Amino acid sequence: MYPSTAVIEKGYRKQFIKRGTLLATLAVATVLSFLVDIAVGPSTLEFAGVLQAIFSPESVDLSTRVIVWEVRMPYAIMALLVGAALSLAGCEMQTIMNNAMASPFTLGVSAAASFGAALAIVIGFSIPGASGDWMIVVNAFLFAFGATLLLQALSSLRGTGPEGLVLFGIALVFLFNAFTGIMQYLASAEALQQFIFWSLGSLTKANWDNIPLLFGLFAVIAPFSLASAWQLTALRLGEESARSFGVAVKRLRFLSLIRISLLTAGATAFVGTIGFIGLVGPHIAKLLIGEDHRFSLPASILSGALIMSLASIISKAILSGAIVPVGIVTSLIGVPVFVALILNKRRR
Amino acid sequence: MATLQVNDIHTGYPKKKVIDGLTLPPLVSGEVTVLTGPNAAGKSTLLRAIAGLLHARGSVRYEGHELTTLSPQKRALYVSFMPQSVPTDINLSVMEAVISALKASPLDAATVNNEHLHHRAISVLERIGIAHLALEPLNQLSGGQRQMASLARSVVREPHILLLDEPTSALDLRHQLKVMRLARSFAQDGRIVVMVLHDLNLAMRWADRVVVMHHGELVSQGAPTEAITPAVIESVYGVRVRVEDCSQGQPNLIVDGEC
Repeated sequence: MYPSTAVIEKGYRKQFIKRGTLLATLAVATVLSFLVDIAVGPSTLEFAGVLQAIFSPESVDLSTRVIVWEVRMPYAIMALLVGAALSLAGCEMQTIMNNAMASPFTLGVSAAASFGAALAIVIGFSIPGASGDWMIVVNAFLFAFGATLLLQALSSLRGTGPEGLVLFGIALVFLFNAFTGIMQYLASAEALQQFIFWSLGSLTKANWDNIPLLFGLFAVIAPFSLASAWQLTALRLGEESARSFGVAVKRLRFLSLIRISLLTAGATAFVGTIGFIGLVGPHIAKLLIGEDHRFSLPASILSGALIMSLASIISKAILSGAIVPVGIVTSLIGVPVFVALILNKRRR
Repeated sequence: MATLQVNDIHTGYPKKKVIDGLTLPPLVSGEVTVLTGPNAAGKSTLLRAIAGLLHARGSVRYEGHELTTLSPQKRALYVSFMPQSVPTDINLSVMEAVISALKASPLDAATVNNEHLHHRAISVLERIGIAHLALEPLNQLSGGQRQMASLARSVVREPHILLLDEPTSALDLRHQLKVMRLARSFAQDGRIVVMVLHDLNLAMRWADRVVVMHHGELVSQGAPTEAITPAVIESVYGVRVRVEDCSQGQPNLIVDGEC
């Protein structure tokens, strides 16, 4: 006995509402984590005090206001933005490369950014007009962007499919790590220390100057990603099927890679190398919500922001009075999750 | 009656030309055409070229439209292709996958209104007989169920030309018959149905026209019993066969052995 049209439609709507509810839950969890992130630090603030400082700054004392608005808020917002950007980039990357292990970190984009930063820190090389800390930001951005374009160029070689793209990405990791090794070998003790701190990934570089830049970048790119949701979902059904449904797959991949490169480059440029968010964020989103990209893209944004925000809280809680670079925390969380994903995939 | 003209097709892969100047007889709406032949004969390559999935020189013409020059979006208004294999590890429900086929590129007014969209998806699932799987995730279906779900995605856009690449390869006997019966009914809707099949008895039973290919060339074509003859089968497969009518009058291919 087959179910009636009404029963199927009701079931489908129920599924839709369930996913919407999950998205809303993720959003609430992210907001809560953001508030806790602001509350936690060397001098722990009351939750109510944090809310008061955010919504009515003039009603709290100066020191609370300064701690909330000048110190912790930029870090907490940067954590959300970086997590959201890297996770969205990872979600798109996994779809267009048809590989669950693809992420900006595993395909050499972060390694390229590191090399760009090393060039700026060790030998002071950058484009004309960039100076001081902006040299690092500009170089990291340009190299991350360049690496993604290089991946795109290599993938357009005849006979290179998404599998080839992943192999090229892995080759890029080794290539840029080798270049960065040379830079480290040549670096002075002071430059080496500065580079290592950068490459560990830290939210302490966040400030009210760079947050609007990353926010602007994200706000411009994310709507384009979300607008491609149906095409990306169709692509999950196989390239031939997607093309048969009328998706211009080459164009979709190209535009998606541009978005991925801008998001990754923007996030990495301001906080350094942050591992595994781009891998773990989308996986958690897809586990929770499936692969309908109308849901999995926003869920990736939210789960990335949430994980990064939680990592920021942990980074302040590990050593009392000190902030451990958040990139270390994300890698510590990410590696076991990564291994679990591989084992889970094998079992299937 | 709408006609698909496939003329002087040259196509293949980057370092391997598979088809070099093949012309098919006109394929007409309402008919099921089966492409058959031994492995590596170029059947799937030809089907992909007609679908616009492979670069091809030559002409694929339908109702005044040269399909080889159309954009993927415009081509998808006329042609749909069901691939031989489908990805297994997808966390999407059957219904979501069918709807994504409808929404992947603009189709018609029905895809704008959500209610129409859902009804259209469900009616296709009902027609194919997998409505009970509508809310099941694709990664939890059997190979055969996945193939039926793939067929649903291929027909939901109501293409004028339906291209099926070995649609029965993962199916048991009952489902093979079901797919062939569906193919006939899609043709009766006024579509041109072209499918690659290895099973010559299925081809003889269900096709209106059979095209036998070998080494990228057309060896024979026509009504099933005209195209599939012992001489043709011996020359392309290297096996001895007989074609005999069974008790119900259906021609049946009996394999006697290798040549």
